[in-house]
Amino acid sequence: MHQSFLRFADALYMKVAILLALASIVAYWAYDPLEPHNGGTWLGYTLGTVGAALIVWLTLYGLRKRSYRSRLGTVQGWLSAHVYLGVSLLIIATLHTGFQFGFNIHTLAYALMIAVIASGVWGVVMYVKYPKMVTNNRDNLTRKSIFREISELDRKASLLVEALGSPVDRMMITSIQLFRVGGGVWAQLSGRDSSQMMVPVMSGKKQVWKKVSNTGQRRMLNILAGQVARSRDPRITAVLQELSDVVSTKASLMQKLLKDVRMQGLMEFWLYIHIPLTFALLATLMAHIVSVFYYW
Amino acid sequence: MAGAVVDIAVLGSGPAGLSAAARAAELGVSHVLLEASDHLALTIQRYQKGKHVMAEPGFLPLRSGIDFDAGTRENILENWYEGAKKHKVNVAFRAEVSTITGQSGAFTIRTQSGDSYQAKTIVLAIGVQGNPRLLGVPGQEAAFVQYQLDDPDEYSDETIVVVGAGDAAIENAVALARDNRVYIVNRRDEFARAKEGNLTRITDAIERGKIQGLFNTTVKEVINQPEEGRPGVIVLNGADGEVRIPVNRIIGRLGAIPPRAFVESCGVKFPSDVPAAVPELTRQYESNVPGLYIIGALGGYPLIKQAMNQGYEVVEYIRGNPIKPVDHDLLAKKFSALPYKYDVDEMLDFLRNEILLFGPVNPLRFRELMLESRFSTPKAGAVIFARNDYTDSFYFVLDGWVEVVIDEEKDTRIRVTAGQFFGEMSLISGRRRNATVYAGEFCVLIETPRRSMMRLISSIDEVKRRIDEIFILRAIHSQFAPNSDPSELAELISSAELRTYNRGDVLFAEGEQGDELHLVRRGSLTVSRFINGKDMVLSYVPAGKYVGEMGLLGNTKRTASVRAAVPTETVVMKSGPFNALLDHQPELKAQVEEQIRERLNLNSQIEAGGEGGKILSFLMAQGLGEATDVLLIDESLCIRCDNCETACADTHEGTSRLDREAGPTYAQIHVPTSCRHCEHPHCMKDCPPDAISRNASGEVTIADNCIGCGNCESNCPYGVIQMAYPGSEQPSVWSRILFGATGSKAKAPDAQKQAVKCDMCSTLKGGPACVRACPTGAAIRTSPENFVNLVKRSG
Ligand SMILES: Cc1cc2nc3c(=O)[nH]c(=O)nc-3n(C[C@H](O)[C@H](O)[C@H](O)COP(=O)(O)OP(=O)(O)OC[C@H]3O[C@@H](n4cnc5c(N)ncnc54)[C@H](O)[C@@H]3O)c2cc1C
Ligand code: HEM
Ligand code: SF4
Ligand code: SF4
Repeated sequence: MHQSFLRFADALYMKVAILLALASIVAYWAYDPLEPHNGGTWLGYTLGTVGAALIVWLTLYGLRKRSYRSRLGTVQGWLSAHVYLGVSLLIIATLHTGFQFGFNIHTLAYALMIAVIASGVWGVVMYVKYPKMVTNNRDNLTRKSIFREISELDRKASLLVEALGSPVDRMMITSIQLFRVGGGVWAQLSGRDSSQMMVPVMSGKKQVWKKVSNTGQRRMLNILAGQVARSRDPRITAVLQELSDVVSTKASLMQKLLKDVRMQGLMEFWLYIHIPLTFALLATLMAHIVSVFYYW
Repeated sequence: MAGAVVDIAVLGSGPAGLSAAARAAELGVSHVLLEASDHLALTIQRYQKGKHVMAEPGFLPLRSGIDFDAGTRENILENWYEGAKKHKVNVAFRAEVSTITGQSGAFTIRTQSGDSYQAKTIVLAIGVQGNPRLLGVPGQEAAFVQYQLDDPDEYSDETIVVVGAGDAAIENAVALARDNRVYIVNRRDEFARAKEGNLTRITDAIERGKIQGLFNTTVKEVINQPEEGRPGVIVLNGADGEVRIPVNRIIGRLGAIPPRAFVESCGVKFPSDVPAAVPELTRQYESNVPGLYIIGALGGYPLIKQAMNQGYEVVEYIRGNPIKPVDHDLLAKKFSALPYKYDVDEMLDFLRNEILLFGPVNPLRFRELMLESRFSTPKAGAVIFARNDYTDSFYFVLDGWVEVVIDEEKDTRIRVTAGQFFGEMSLISGRRRNATVYAGEFCVLIETPRRSMMRLISSIDEVKRRIDEIFILRAIHSQFAPNSDPSELAELISSAELRTYNRGDVLFAEGEQGDELHLVRRGSLTVSRFINGKDMVLSYVPAGKYVGEMGLLGNTKRTASVRAAVPTETVVMKSGPFNALLDHQPELKAQVEEQIRERLNLNSQIEAGGEGGKILSFLMAQGLGEATDVLLIDESLCIRCDNCETACADTHEGTSRLDREAGPTYAQIHVPTSCRHCEHPHCMKDCPPDAISRNASGEVTIADNCIGCGNCESNCPYGVIQMAYPGSEQPSVWSRILFGATGSKAKAPDAQKQAVKCDMCSTLKGGPACVRACPTGAAIRTSPENFVNLVKRSG
């Protein structure tokens, strides 16, 4: 019943795109211009016009996607066509160049187009690969409920730690305060856990508190393990053990969350390349067309 | 204070009672108005602050000595207090009536506090809200014990114990927990009565320690003595013994005691046991107890204006002044288009004589029914409704005839003639029309809306019986032998009976002996088998289909279990007469055999598929057995872009009617929080202005005359209705793209919240915006009949 945009209408647009590409190749092969193949021949103009029209139409997808009352097909149909016809542009535009490249505005436009297409393909890969993994990772939790569970664990930990003296209590509290999820683009996409905590170190004779990394709560867990080993009081040992359970549950939830943020980010990030490149492409395309007619 | 005998004692000072007392005062009739609380119109007092009260129905004029027009709760109450003062209405507050004795001309009325009053006639206008159930322990009326919460933000830093486990208790506890220490006392070990959304809210709050949950706990007593700086103490019997909690406040939310028992104790008879039943009244609002009149919500009239008009009229009737009811002109107008030369009363009599089913309906209810119905004189050949339409109204043929086409191919027609009715199938099943109906010559039709018919059926057993009888006859005829003469079916029909099942009830179990055939007429069933130690759902049987056919054809051991997925009614047929029918209906026999083959085929496919049955079970567990159209998201395609929600908000004044992320997921199939357009929409159950309806294409929508009472929001078990302020224009595509504009929910200062929900974009051509805006094909809307396809693919 559900059908991916790649298979929309029995992959109709894939077929259209293949036909379009084949037709261009056949025309290119059959047509023998007097000069070497280039954009200025009769075929070159035709391919160029088709290509430019396609690029403009591909850009219009962004408009259709937000025209919520539009009855012009469905967004799914549009995306299906966008993807396949976008790829066919690779062939149409390449043939349009007649393989005449150089250091000029024309080749720049071509390169930008290739970049847009490449980023699009990357996006499709993301769209196919991640949705399922996001669901499996979430395990029927919403992001909100994960955050809530974590803050509940933190509350529990800060209560438990009251039974322990310094410096464990302070270390625990700082590990809660310095816990980080997300942040900048890079932090999100890398899925790295940059949580920190404070530990006491001796500087000369004075004890000072220093920030250290607490990735995956490992440092904190280590410290707790060390405390357990040294503890002689069974009551304290029990508290320490419970505390380490709490911290390790939190660590695994954080893992889930980081993974979620990372995958969500990957599904979106490529668009931040695809779209600006599209606008750069439109601008250079314009320059390319104007200059061609100007120097004609 | 047993004073003089008054002519009229009015009980209850809601819009109905107040209007009656005011009219009596205006006319100088001796009267007393007895009100249980210490305010006028308790029901209105209890509306939320600033609520905009609507004056529906708009077409009905107001006839009362007291003013009423749409406006804020505060304004309306102020007007009513003024009106009462102006007319010098004789009100007694804190006079909760507990018994009525005596008879017309000499009634004695006693109140809870021991006062008594003498009256010649009584007007009962106590509404249907009932009185809150008290804690039932010593101290239950201490000053710090309350049975209602108007504004949770009024309290802060208090210790508050909320007693109760229903939605009201939970909502109060959660709201109070923001600024107070809150305990919730539950007699059981879980919140079984609460709605899904409230259940998660309370469990969550308890888990996070925001609320202390005391389970398996009852209240022992309330001590009215300060302790630890708080005014009193609540003593509880907990699972581990007695607990004492010094409190600032106790809030009892144990539901209301419906007024029915009290009303019955006055001698008033109700026509049936159904909770929705209303007492039988004459055209003058007099009950079966002479001299005892019933008006307002208690008499079955759920709106303020109706209640006020009746208050005025009842006093006139008691004085022997036969004024025409205020709706007289409305009826006259309705009847004027018809080819009869009768006046309104003659016409009403004529209708009651012509149409059999109206016989058992009392005059007052009948008048209301006609007021709510539509009359038409369609041309011969006109389509009244078409097969697969989703309409659910009910029709009476007053004159001429209609032709019901139950089989287009063979052109099988049934003629329904004057005095009879049609349209009962969809009314009962909540599903599409299963025939097309054409008007015949000189046809005059009465179309009665679903709600009026439902109310009629639930309050008059005789009407229900007559409709059921015809239903069984027509259902068996059209389902099994449309081309034979109904007389051949006589034996089968007379042996058939109706059965009712609750959600989860077993119709028959695998391995059992059985030879009955069930035709589902309402609700739906699941068919399952025991496989590898687990019950696996194999298919879903909607209304209009039958199960149990294998038992008929020789095999008497049931090969699968059948359960009700939702509350269900079936027509049960015995194998004997059915087999006799099969013997001289070779075509039918072939059809039944084909169905068996198909079902076995499908079952084995699903059994082999593995996951399939589990997905079906999952979908059924989400209550989708009663859905007609549901939004399902395939999470393996969903990129979480929320374009679906944005599309919904954009096309619906800024409020998205779907919550994509919420809701459970199984095997990548996600059921988001969004309306499923139930076969028998729970939301329609109790809508005072009848603003919720189903369109011909199936969508359940809410019209603009919604009064914002919130009943539908609490009646929908799936939490898909929201109360929202009307929104504003949404940003254009260009401002979205260029400036990243997002939709907004405007809140005009004097705006009135109204109920909003998914309308399947019925005003947009092209279908639901959410589905059309999903880039990847993850979101679809589908109906349960298609679940099997979904499951086969995933198998
Ligand atoms: C939330 C909500 C919103 C609504 N909004 C609207 C709206 O916008 N427009 C609209 O037209 N309708 C609205 N309604 C419906 C409307 O409130 C009722 O139709 C109306 O109140 C019925 O009037 P009544 O006089 O029959 O009964 P009620 O208004 O219920 O009055 C009954 C009175 O009787 C008293 N009483 C009860 N038992 C006894 C007893 N034993 N002895 C003495 N007195 C007793 C009660 O204290 C009460 O004051 C709404 C209802 C609700 C619940
Ligand atoms: C020159 C060629 C192309 C241009 C100008 C172009 C332009 C665009 C634009 C303007 C958008 C709208 C983004 C938004 O507003 O959200 C978009 C989205 C997208 N494009 Fe392209 N594109 C091109 C080629 C491709 C190709 C070749 C592919 C894939 C093979 C592709 C895949 C996508 C995808 C998957 C989306 C996102 C859909 C969504 O999430 O709604 N594009 N593109
Ligand atoms: S609002 Fe709720 S009860 Fe009403 S049709 Fe939708 S899901 Fe069913
Ligand atoms: S529009 Fe489609 S892909 Fe986007 S969130 Fe909604 S269901 Fe998922």
